[in-house]
Amino acid sequence: MAEVTEEKVEVKVKEPREPLFSKKNKKLLTDPLADNNPITIQVLGICSALAITAQLKPSIVMSISVIFVMGVGNVVISLMRNIMPSKIRIIVQLVVVAALVIIVDQVLKAFAYTLSKELSVFIGLIITNCIIMGRFEAFALGNGVWKSFLDGIGNAAGYGLLLIIVAFFRELFGSGTLFGIKVLGDPVEKTGLYALGYENNGFMVLAPMALITVGIIIWVQRSRNKALIEDH
Amino acid sequence: MAFNTDKNSYTIIFAIAMVAVVGSLLAFTASSLKGKIDANKRTEKQQNILFAMGVTDAEDPNEFVPAEKAQELFDKYVGDKQYIVVNGEAQKTKEAFDIEVKKENDKVKRDSSYERKNPLFIGEREGETYYIIPLRGTGLWGPIWGYVALDEGYSVVKGAFFDHATETAGLGANITEAYFRDDFIGERILNAAGDYKGITVKKGNADPKNQRKDDNAVDALAGATITGDGVTAMVKKGIKMYQPYFETLKK
Repeated sequence: MAEVTEEKVEVKVKEPREPLFSKKNKKLLTDPLADNNPITIQVLGICSALAITAQLKPSIVMSISVIFVMGVGNVVISLMRNIMPSKIRIIVQLVVVAALVIIVDQVLKAFAYTLSKELSVFIGLIITNCIIMGRFEAFALGNGVWKSFLDGIGNAAGYGLLLIIVAFFRELFGSGTLFGIKVLGDPVEKTGLYALGYENNGFMVLAPMALITVGIIIWVQRSRNKALIEDH
Repeated sequence: MAFNTDKNSYTIIFAIAMVAVVGSLLAFTASSLKGKIDANKRTEKQQNILFAMGVTDAEDPNEFVPAEKAQELFDKYVGDKQYIVVNGEAQKTKEAFDIEVKKENDKVKRDSSYERKNPLFIGEREGETYYIIPLRGTGLWGPIWGYVALDEGYSVVKGAFFDHATETAGLGANITEAYFRDDFIGERILNAAGDYKGITVKKGNADPKNQRKDDNAVDALAGATITGDGVTAMVKKGIKMYQPYFETLKK
């Protein structure tokens, strides 16, 4: 018995625990916000970025939902990474996201009904978000629980940040509002900017302009940081 | 890990175990929360009906009455004035509240001879009568529904409320916004000759302040053509089913 304990102690000494927020771990959290952003660099999650960014509020709600599902999902997948048969890992990942999302949906419906009404569309969209499957595949399957958690939160936050930037411009130029508040005056009563002949650009409300807005952000980002430009 | 996770037998066992675990977890969640969710839905329906007849939150007219007061206010303004309308006849019963328009639609689809039960709620507020009709239709991605309140002459809309399950945020989802639904207030469902027309959600209607009340049309939402058409069809078909009954009342 004594020998066994000694062995265990030795093992611990050999591998000192990494601090929770080591430089490497912090990078997992901050990298996806800019230089490895899931939308502008990896071009993932574009579909939902186009669909819901016509207004700021739903974009923020969506960001929070994805941060939650991504964080928990990555942890669950990371916990199962060694016992999961690789042949059916995609199915397992899908089941994990779907189950998670349904449970969240049900709990919200029971205890926070109004919030669940606001989330209704996004709950379904979360399941189809390719960032989630992407991070499961690329990160959680090969990394520990804590790292996967940080990676999940980081990527979802990077996704959310882009949603909010795109939604800000689309709502401002498309509807002349921010969070539904008329910041440019009233288009019907012709006050504020509208008195000078300004008109809302209805095209901004439609999906193609979301794609173009994302394109402009990618352009700005890559011209500021040349290292991001891929060789062809 | 010590064991081989690539073996077929292991894969099958893992899949079965996973399905069992996830399935029972979801079944447990669903059955333990069902009562609460149903109660929430009932409250929401009461809030919706009250909203359509203009009973709203004391501070913000674009918000529902608070959930905890919904039952009390519903009893006060609607109470037992709940009817089931079959063709031209109405029967006073509280069962009207539990009739779902969707289920009635399904029954008609399965059996064309089925006589659908149409729920009708009559609200009384400040000496005015509101005939509240529940509606259900299809938007772009999924179901849309709403409540329309008609006046004593069964021809002018006095209040409306629309909601949806999965319309696009910022586009079709805007049918829940005040600037869309308030356009319905004052609109007539009959034309000048007295024929039933419904209300059309119309592109190029060019009436943003909704000053023309007799054109049977309201302004459409930009970028939400299909959802708007869905609302048109829902309002038109939904109210039409009550016309035989309203005709008998008029006589």
